[in-house]
Order: sequence, then structure tokens, then C-alpha cells
Amino acid sequence: MMEIMEGSHAVAHAVKQCRPQVIAAYPITPQTHIVEALADMVADCHLDAEYVTVESEFSALSACLGASAAGSRVYSATTSQGLALMFEVCYNVAGMRLPIVMTIVNRSLGAPLSIWNDQQDSISLRDSGWLQYYAQDNQEATDLHYIAYKVAEDHDILLPAFVCLDGFILSHTYEPVEMLTQEQVDSFLPAFSPYQRLDADDPISFGMYATPEYYMEFRYEIDRAMQRSKKAFSAAGKEFADLFGRDYSAPVEGYRLDDADTALVAMGSICGTAKDAIDEMRSSGRKVGLLNVRTFRPFPGPEIAKALSGVSRVAVLDKNISLGAKGAMGIEVKDALYGSGIPVLDYIIALGGRDVRKKDIAAVVDMAEKNQGDLFYGLRKEVL
Amino acid sequence: MALGVGCTARPGRAKDNKTGSWRVFKPKFDSEKCSKCGMCITICPEGCIREEDELPVPDYDYCKGCGLCAEECPSGAVEMQKEEK
Repeated sequence: MMEIMEGSHAVAHAVKQCRPQVIAAYPITPQTHIVEALADMVADCHLDAEYVTVESEFSALSACLGASAAGSRVYSATTSQGLALMFEVCYNVAGMRLPIVMTIVNRSLGAPLSIWNDQQDSISLRDSGWLQYYAQDNQEATDLHYIAYKVAEDHDILLPAFVCLDGFILSHTYEPVEMLTQEQVDSFLPAFSPYQRLDADDPISFGMYATPEYYMEFRYEIDRAMQRSKKAFSAAGKEFADLFGRDYSAPVEGYRLDDADTALVAMGSICGTAKDAIDEMRSSGRKVGLLNVRTFRPFPGPEIAKALSGVSRVAVLDKNISLGAKGAMGIEVKDALYGSGIPVLDYIIALGGRDVRKKDIAAVVDMAEKNQGDLFYGLRKEVL
Repeated sequence: MALGVGCTARPGRAKDNKTGSWRVFKPKFDSEKCSKCGMCITICPEGCIREEDELPVPDYDYCKGCGLCAEECPSGAVEMQKEEK
């Protein structure tokens, strides 16, 4: 059923339909509306879950870790500084192979303090062993939660997952969203069956100490599971498409790439703006296309190389900066295209919520065609 | 030993935790001097000294070479010796 909903509420509704048994979260802008809505649902008996109110994000994810180890389906949500405070627990969750799903409402990291959107927070956790899925719009942000649970809880994968949506741009925006019914969700997402859990009758410890003789093999196992999750994501996306008609099976999605000279590569809501800008540029005869990266972890390197094999140049729009290097996605796209001879230009754009309009996308394409790249786009010279 | 998923362990797994190649000293027990008081068995933090025919017998697979047995022995029957690699 199509409804006009705020992004946060659509996500909260989707999470409710996934039937989490334990939710532990700490409110932080711009994630607040999601956990507020879920707390309401629990308080009003619409959702049969344990809502744990905690005093910090570190406690929130720690509570989630314990609940997941005890065999519950678990949910949390955070952003920016909250995710930074969860840093230590994030690595532990992935290492203990606990399939927690967490919504990241992307926001910039301080200092300077900013509540506005960029993707620095989740990108900073890219090495932690969490799957990372990025949504272009609220429909995708909603649907990716069902898929994330399905992939994460697969006994062949057992990895936690971030579902990332751009703060304010998506989370606080009202858009038409087609919500599934509870029966539809139940037909797609089975009840959680833990692979192993804390049990007094069959004692087990999680997160044991590993000597140098064992540690590396554990990390290798996590990496293998990451690689295997590509297939699981495609399979879950395909099943979702067969059941409900919306297809998220591809880790990367091309838009008007077939005969493109310049290809933009981006993640999240900026893709919507880029598509409109590309339509305008196409109508004036310029050959521009877009590659939307849906799964940043596992990184779809071969898929990106295949999708971009025919273009003359690639312009990566990075809503993050690995300070002292470049944008994280620019670095990895370059790695994926290594040896192909296709130049990859990186543009740090829209940090701290700076608006991106169609003219900005067009300006980036102009720069790329002149081979000017690897720069911060749109710096205000007058304040430097 | 196959790795468990998620670095989990069940009771008894500590026996897999053998001493690596890094041990520097190991205790040598002199049964002539031993007064059979059992102090070394009690004090060993690894629990790897057991009693056989009333005498202490260390299991060098698990001994970390900490030297507590030698320090506690009232009869001077335990001597720490440099590990031969």
C-alpha cells in the first residue's frame, strides 16, 4: 500500500515488521525519529519487543551484542558521534559473528560540530566487518532492512549489517513509500534461528582470546563470509523482486551508462540528483551516465570494473574524506579499475550537509572532461 | 582443530591453549630434594603440575615458564633453566 511517510517512520515501520525481539538505541539527531517511533510502538503494544533504554551508544550496542548472543533478533540505529562511540563494540559484534542490523542515518563527524549529512560516519567503519548497504531513496531505505536481516542471519554469512540513509535528505523527508503488509514480510523473512547462543544447559563463551596461532584465521573467516555475502545479497534481492516487484539484487546499478563517456560513481541520495542532471545533459547531447553503488561492503570491485569498462573517464562523488589521502570510494574505485587505463577522478563533495544541485553535478562533469579532479568541490574561497 | 564461528569456546577448550614457542625458562624438578609438600601444584597458575607417585610432574606443553613453582618451593627442589630452542 502506497503511503506518504517520513523516511524515519517508514524505516521504523519496516523494522517493526521484521519482528525484532530486542531494541537498544540512544536517540541522536538525525536518527531520533526512528527510535522514537519504535519506542512508541513497544509502549503501545504494537510491537512485542524489549526496548532497552540506555545512557550511551556504547551501552546500546553492548546491550544489542548480549541480546544477539543470547539468541534474539536485534535492532539498533545511530549516526555520527553515536557510531563513533560504538566503534569498539562494532568490531566485537562482527568478530563474534552476531547478525545485528543497525540503521545509520548518515551525518558528518565533528569537530566542527555538525548535524548535517555526509557519509563520513559509516565510511569510517568500513574496516569493521559490517555489511554496508546505501539507500538512494526512502523506498530503498525501507526495503533494504528486510534484505539486510535476511542476508545477515544466513548461517553461511552471520555478519552484522548497516543500512545507511542520508540524514535529513531522506530521514526527514516525506515521500511516497509502498509499505509491505506483515504477511508479506513474514513470507520473505523467516523467524530468527540463531546459529549458536548463550545457553546455561550448553555453556559457550563468545569472543574468546586468540593467540597469534589463531587470530589471523579468524579474520580470514570473516573476510570469506563477507565475500560469500555478495551471492546471498543478490539471491535475497532477487527473491524480494519476485515477491514484491522491486529489484535490489544488483550491488551496483548503472543509469544511462551504455554509451557514456563520463561515468559518475556515487552512493545514497545524491544519485537521485545525479540522475536528473544526467537526463538534462543527455538531452543536450552529452554522454554522461551514473553508477550507483548499493553495497559498499563487501566492495563490488569486479562489478564496478565490468560496469565501467566502456567509459572514457570516471568521476567519483565522495561524501567523505580520508584526511591525508582522498575520498574512500575514489580510492577503491581506482583500485577496481587498476590496469584498465581509465582515469578515475575523485571529488569530495557535500561534506557537512552542503547542498548538491543539478548544476553542481554538471560542473563536476565539466571538470572531469577537462581532467581536473582529486579536489574538494565547491570550496568557498572567500572564507578560506 | 577447526575454528568455531565467532571465536566461541565451550568448556574444556583451554586444553587447546598450548604454550607457544616463546617460553624462555622452564622448571626442572629434583625428586631427591622434593619434600612432597604439594606447594608447586597449588601455586601453578596454569594448573599444569600434577602428582604422580607422590611427586610433582609438570606438563611442559602448557607450562609458561613463570617460575612461581621455583619461587614457592620450600626445599629448593625446582630450578628454572633456560629453554633450549
